[in-house]
Amino acid sequence: MRTLSVLRTQAFRIVFVYVAVFALSVSALLGFTYWNTERALDAQTDQIIDAEITGLSEQYQRLGLRGLAEVVMSRSAHGGPGLYLLLDRGRQPIAGNLDGIPQSTLHLGEQIEFDYERRVEGQLERRRARGRIFSLMGGFQLLVAQDVHERYLTEKLFSTTLPWTVALMLLLGLVGGGLMSRNMLRRLDQINRTAGEIFAGDLSRRVPVSRAHDEFDTLAESLNRMLDRIERLMKGVREVTDSVAHDLRTPLNRLRNRLEDTLRHLDTSGKEAGEIEAAMRETDQIIATFNALLLIAEADAGVTRGAMAPIDLVPVADDVAELYAPLAEEKGVTLDIKPAGATMIEGNRSLISQALANLIDNAIKYTPEGGHVSVWPAVTPVGVDLTVADTGPGIPEAERARVVERFVRLETSRNSPGTGLGLSLVAAVARLHGARLILDDNAPGLKAVIRFPRPSPVSRGAARR
Amino acid sequence: MRILVIEDDLEAQRYLVNGLKEAGHVVDDAADGDTGLTLALSRPYDVAIVDRMLPKMDGLDVVAEMREHSNATPVLFLSALSEVDDRVKGLKAGGDDYLTKPYAFVELLARIDALMRRRSPSSVKTRLQVGDLELDLLTRAAKRSGTAIDLQPREFRLLEYLMRHAGQVVTRTMLLESVWEYHFDPQTNVIDVHISRLRAKIDKGFELPLLHTVRGAGYMIRAHA
Ligand SMILES: Nc1ncnc2c1ncn2[C@@H]1O[C@H](COP(=O)(O)OP(=O)(O)O)[C@@H](O)[C@H]1O
Ligand SMILES: [Mg+2]
Repeated sequence: MRTLSVLRTQAFRIVFVYVAVFALSVSALLGFTYWNTERALDAQTDQIIDAEITGLSEQYQRLGLRGLAEVVMSRSAHGGPGLYLLLDRGRQPIAGNLDGIPQSTLHLGEQIEFDYERRVEGQLERRRARGRIFSLMGGFQLLVAQDVHERYLTEKLFSTTLPWTVALMLLLGLVGGGLMSRNMLRRLDQINRTAGEIFAGDLSRRVPVSRAHDEFDTLAESLNRMLDRIERLMKGVREVTDSVAHDLRTPLNRLRNRLEDTLRHLDTSGKEAGEIEAAMRETDQIIATFNALLLIAEADAGVTRGAMAPIDLVPVADDVAELYAPLAEEKGVTLDIKPAGATMIEGNRSLISQALANLIDNAIKYTPEGGHVSVWPAVTPVGVDLTVADTGPGIPEAERARVVERFVRLETSRNSPGTGLGLSLVAAVARLHGARLILDDNAPGLKAVIRFPRPSPVSRGAARR
Repeated sequence: MRILVIEDDLEAQRYLVNGLKEAGHVVDDAADGDTGLTLALSRPYDVAIVDRMLPKMDGLDVVAEMREHSNATPVLFLSALSEVDDRVKGLKAGGDDYLTKPYAFVELLARIDALMRRRSPSSVKTRLQVGDLELDLLTRAAKRSGTAIDLQPREFRLLEYLMRHAGQVVTRTMLLESVWEYHFDPQTNVIDVHISRLRAKIDKGFELPLLHTVRGAGYMIRAHA
């Protein structure tokens, strides 16, 4: 699995292509050099042969067959690279240092290559020669050739070693590339893992920096600087929300205490008591709005991320739907939850329950009697969806982006209770989970979907740790 | 009952102490963590109400110290901090309940009543009874005047919680937290609807109602009118 992942990396692909191109060009270069050298050597050999043929045919013209035979015999006895064979009309050797030539190579006038046997230091050796046969007047034939065995050996050596060289080059290149990309992969893995851990809530994690001072270290250092900044910001936000919470809750608490205290000491049937009760209800409304706003701010700041864990959306949806079922029944709206298999995500159960409660609450609140509300979690190709659909009036397309903003309520909803913060919280919880709140037409009605990303291996790994 | 209040906001402390005294409790108070801890360790209390943020010694540390000294006094945290993670921290430090400021005094009273009740060993009972209403915790069966009542699992838990706190006010938030384990505001009053369903099952057709609404506070189950 580990090697497979190395093979799939970009670094390895680059190395592979590079090595392949390199091997190809090296073989092309070597091949061309070889071909060119061979041609030059052949041309040289052919020149020598041509010169000899010219010389010998002059001898023949001047001295006749006998004279030629003598010259051939004397040259043959020389022992050099020159090879000769004079044949009579019946193709029987008359003179020369060759026993004969293979039939197949008998082409008049052309350059031929053939093997012949020769005694070298008492050993019979098969060697390669290159030459030409030409006809003499009177039906005689003369073969003049040069021993090219050295060149032949070089050629053979070259053609057997070239593929091996290329193979070795490819192998070394790939092994090197593999090691290199494994190293890169390890560094990338470290960055990925750190990102996963940070996403899982541990903001103090940093990407390890090696002493190599390479590009990865530069990247790691900038990432770490960025993370420092983010951590500082988050801490700041946390402190601000904490102190805003503290500084507003303390006076609100005193206000509520004072009202309660006054109420306790009043005659409950008097007019003042009614006024104080009304003031307390207002205070509670302010407190509820304030708490909702604070929670949205916290979710957006990622302050609550510490409690992320793998959770199954099915029981979460079941429980919230069960909480709202009697309310729906009382309103004459059917609430059903569609069955689903396990639907795992990384998340905060409490916040997701609350977001889902807000969606179901809206669906029941805005759907008139006789309507339906359906809740269903599902794994889809695009993500993990938590859907609440109703058959109520829905939200006009032009308003869908707006209703998610804080305090926005549609004109038509003026008469139903609410603060206009419900969907804002759903959207903030979605953002905290890397999810999206999608409002869609249920034709008729509203279809609200919280679309979670499928749990990635990285975050799953981080959660296990 | 003896109650210890550790709260540094003196005005809030005054209202708290007065309210508790009016409700018939004996109250000691402290305005910082050190004094509070000394008091908590030197005298027996039925409940301690501890503010989360205190001068000298943080509320969390006070409770952690108390637990270190094997002091098991039930603790209710009061906190003006933003809630979500803080509740978990409070309970981890050894707190038994957690209330965010601003709170309703009736909520606080109901919760300390519940905390004090929790200390008594009666919680190992296998049968609960209020008047002629019986709940068998082993067979999960409910009966009133000998007639079986068919309850959904959640209705059973709701009734069980109410009966465990028979004679005490139980608030909607307490029910939402202990029966459903939710710590959020469900916007619409869903608990009321669950209660009225339960009421229809246990009280309908009987002369004497057992499940009562306590105005401005919550619910209570009791045998006498
Ligand atoms: N299911 C729905 N059907 C129709 N309109 C809806 C639905 N859900 C939300 N809306 C509209 O979006 C607005 C904002 O919703 P929300 O943020 O939950 O605030 P609230 O419910 O407190 O008014 C609502 O006032 C309502 O006009
Ligand atoms: Mg709403």
